[in-house]
Amino acid sequence: MQKTFSGYRRENGRVGVRNHVVVLPVDDLSNAAAEAVAHNIKGAMAIPHPYGRLQFGADLDLHFRTLIGTGANPNVAAVVVIGIEDQWTKKVVDGIAATGKPVAGFGIELHGDHDTIMRASRAAREFVQWASEKRREECALAELWVSTKCGESDTTSGCGANPTVGNAFDKLYDAGCTLVFGETSEITGGEKLLEARCRTPEVWQRFMFMFDRYQDMINRHKTSDLSDSQPTKGNIAGGLTTIEEKALGNIQKIGRRCVIDGVIDKAEVPTGPGLWFMDSSSAAAEMVTLCAASGYVVHFFPTGQGNVIGNPILPVIKICANPRTVRTMSEHVDVDTSGLLQREITMDQAGDRLIDMMFRTANGRLTAAEALGHREFVLTRLYESA
Amino acid sequence: MIHCVLHDPNDSVAVVVVENVKAGMKLTGLILDENRTIELACVQDIPIGHKVALKDMPVGATVIKYGVDIGKVVQPIRQGEHAHVHNIKTKRW
Repeated sequence: MQKTFSGYRRENGRVGVRNHVVVLPVDDLSNAAAEAVAHNIKGAMAIPHPYGRLQFGADLDLHFRTLIGTGANPNVAAVVVIGIEDQWTKKVVDGIAATGKPVAGFGIELHGDHDTIMRASRAAREFVQWASEKRREECALAELWVSTKCGESDTTSGCGANPTVGNAFDKLYDAGCTLVFGETSEITGGEKLLEARCRTPEVWQRFMFMFDRYQDMINRHKTSDLSDSQPTKGNIAGGLTTIEEKALGNIQKIGRRCVIDGVIDKAEVPTGPGLWFMDSSSAAAEMVTLCAASGYVVHFFPTGQGNVIGNPILPVIKICANPRTVRTMSEHVDVDTSGLLQREITMDQAGDRLIDMMFRTANGRLTAAEALGHREFVLTRLYESA
Repeated sequence: MIHCVLHDPNDSVAVVVVENVKAGMKLTGLILDENRTIELACVQDIPIGHKVALKDMPVGATVIKYGVDIGKVVQPIRQGEHAHVHNIKTKRW
């Protein structure tokens, strides 16, 4: 296996594999100005979203953590932040500025959209030109942070695409990478199997705290059961019958050897290398957005029926073992491992294929989702606004 | 050709991994953990990705896949039949 890749070393020492200049709205009201700036300045990317007003408590903390984490991600070179007013805008700017990267904030009130767009466009133009002179440098594999989450899974996910990720994760764990998996509700039925995979009893207790917290939330809001959502209609069409079956397939993504070294809450940043569990929704765009906010720079996304998700700043590599999906949705598939199910390739070879695609992606190859323009940026909400 | 795969030799269901599996076909099943094959007769049409029952299972029986409990039988299932949401349900929620 290669030991290095070409990445962008950021001011705080972290390494990114993309060089985005992001125009980040603090709230829904600022989307129009952010999109206007991105329209004015070629190479700047707006990432609009529908939230950021009247949130409070843990839900507001998560909103800030996700926005700041997105701007702080090493795949981002510089950030223009736009909010309706100055104070929350400054909070996001200050959070991102702690990384040392260039960031500028603009509040719309007392200025209006026109003046804000003009001033923010000036900053974005400077950032884009500055970022365009950044060069990739050789970085150690251990500096790569890799996340995983599967979607529109079917039974071929559990026996093909997910264990491919697991095989790669075992190898990347040995190489000292920082890894994460999550999807708390999709551990249901497999939680006991994770006990043996946790580094310490404390890690297991922390995991079970997150697991029980999520189950309590489901039990508060469920109707007769969760069968209309977990498994999804797409999962069921693909042959998955129960949440337990889906969960056992999900767990294949953490391989056979790597150990769960720690547990983080949504969009928290891991404090060291190894495999982390992040409490998170199983909805694809929510989970991948949280991975990006935690600082991950490459994502492994196994799918069975053909989820088409991407992310604005995190390259999403799709792995598929369903021969029908590979045939009917080939433009979405980066790594075809359908040969596994006919014994044409071994699991070890499938894992190596994924790692090869990971290096090519890290070195600059656009993923299918990037080429197709998939930029799903979806903030997780914990409850209603005030 | 491999028609279906199972994870563990004790699994009570296998996953169909090719299209056009029809009633009356003889299926070759691959046990992934052991890299050996089994044979069984299929008695219903089964779409790709869906499960075929490897044995007769009465109502209330536990369905095993990955060597682990994945739910309970809610309608009797015979070997070779299509096993899915019409005859298996979660034990959770």
